[in-house]
Amino acid sequence: MKILFTAKGTEWNSKIDPRFGRTEYFFIYDEETDKIETFDNKAIENDAHGAGPKTAQKMTEFKVNVLITGNGPGGNANTVIKQLGMKVYVGAGDMTIKEAYEAYKNNQLKEF
Amino acid sequence: MKIAIASGKGGTGKTTVSTNLSAFLAENQSVVLTDLDVEEPNSGLFLSGKLIHAEDKFKVIPEWKKEDCTLCGKCQEVCNFNAVMKLGKMIMVFPELCHGCYACSELCPTNALPMIPKKMGELKHYKLSNIDFIESKLIIGEEQAVPLIKQTIQYVDKNFSNDAIKIFDSPPGTSCPVIEATKGADLVLLVTEPTLFGLNDLKLAVETMNILNKKMGVIINRFGLGDQNVEKYCKENNIEIVAKIPNMRKIAELYSSGKLIYSEIEEVKKEFEKIKDFIFKNNPEESK
Repeated sequence: MKILFTAKGTEWNSKIDPRFGRTEYFFIYDEETDKIETFDNKAIENDAHGAGPKTAQKMTEFKVNVLITGNGPGGNANTVIKQLGMKVYVGAGDMTIKEAYEAYKNNQLKEF
Repeated sequence: MKIAIASGKGGTGKTTVSTNLSAFLAENQSVVLTDLDVEEPNSGLFLSGKLIHAEDKFKVIPEWKKEDCTLCGKCQEVCNFNAVMKLGKMIMVFPELCHGCYACSELCPTNALPMIPKKMGELKHYKLSNIDFIESKLIIGEEQAVPLIKQTIQYVDKNFSNDAIKIFDSPPGTSCPVIEATKGADLVLLVTEPTLFGLNDLKLAVETMNILNKKMGVIINRFGLGDQNVEKYCKENNIEIVAKIPNMRKIAELYSSGKLIYSEIEEVKKEFEKIKDFIFKNNPEESK
């Protein structure tokens, strides 16, 4: 599985960014290859409108299977995500990426 | 003459001023009152008249024609609002984000994004003695107030000459809907309250109206509450304080039962007389 976390930093100990559209970073973990990729999404601050779908579109470039975030994507972003047929898990807003991953593994995150 | 009743802060009394001022002026002349706070219009709570006209209002949004599309992606490049997006082999349109600017549609090389009307709200026109009351309301889920505000002002301009007194109850804040509601006004009355929040948002409103180069006056509502800093600020910045509506329990009682206040409380009526004088002093039609 390739998992994308919305994050406030680029380390396993970084906090999850509870926002989807305006997340600061993507932290992407590929379970098969054990590789990590990150993406700096901060330029989204310049977009007054449509941050959700734009971030969702960006996410498609990384070909991930699972999204782990805090509050959950809004309506427009979710329209995009539905098209992609990904699994979305929410409620990790107060965790670090590492904690969120463990919670996901233990089925403790809520499916959106 | 067009008068916009605006404020920075919400809940300062724009609707109270708009409805009472309209009714007061209507004792001697015809008045057109328009509620431009299309996200939550409430002037109608205080005025009841006969519905004489209603119409649906539409904005235009692009609709993707898959069979004509070459997936060149030009549409998403030109959209400033991320309302059109290329996703794999499809183009997604987000109607709530679309500002109806036609850029994607016009620049599409294969005309695969024709603009289609979509209902965004309703306009209603009521008549009560000397007042024409117009209100528009967005339908649930619509995010954008500006196109409806624009079309509502167009309706008023089409149906009434500028000799009439036109009062526009504007949305709060200082963002796009406020600009749209006030940019055509001859005079802007900013309603505030003498509190820290009132002053903070009044300053923002004054800065905005200065950029729009508007003649303005300030009405202090709930006068007697809070402190003197609003008055001090107005003096320092040469902004006329047109009226001070006192902070009275009786006003709140009348308001909460949907009644007008000027006709019930003598000292409030005096303040509305001051507003009236200020309006006529600043009427461009009169000074011709």
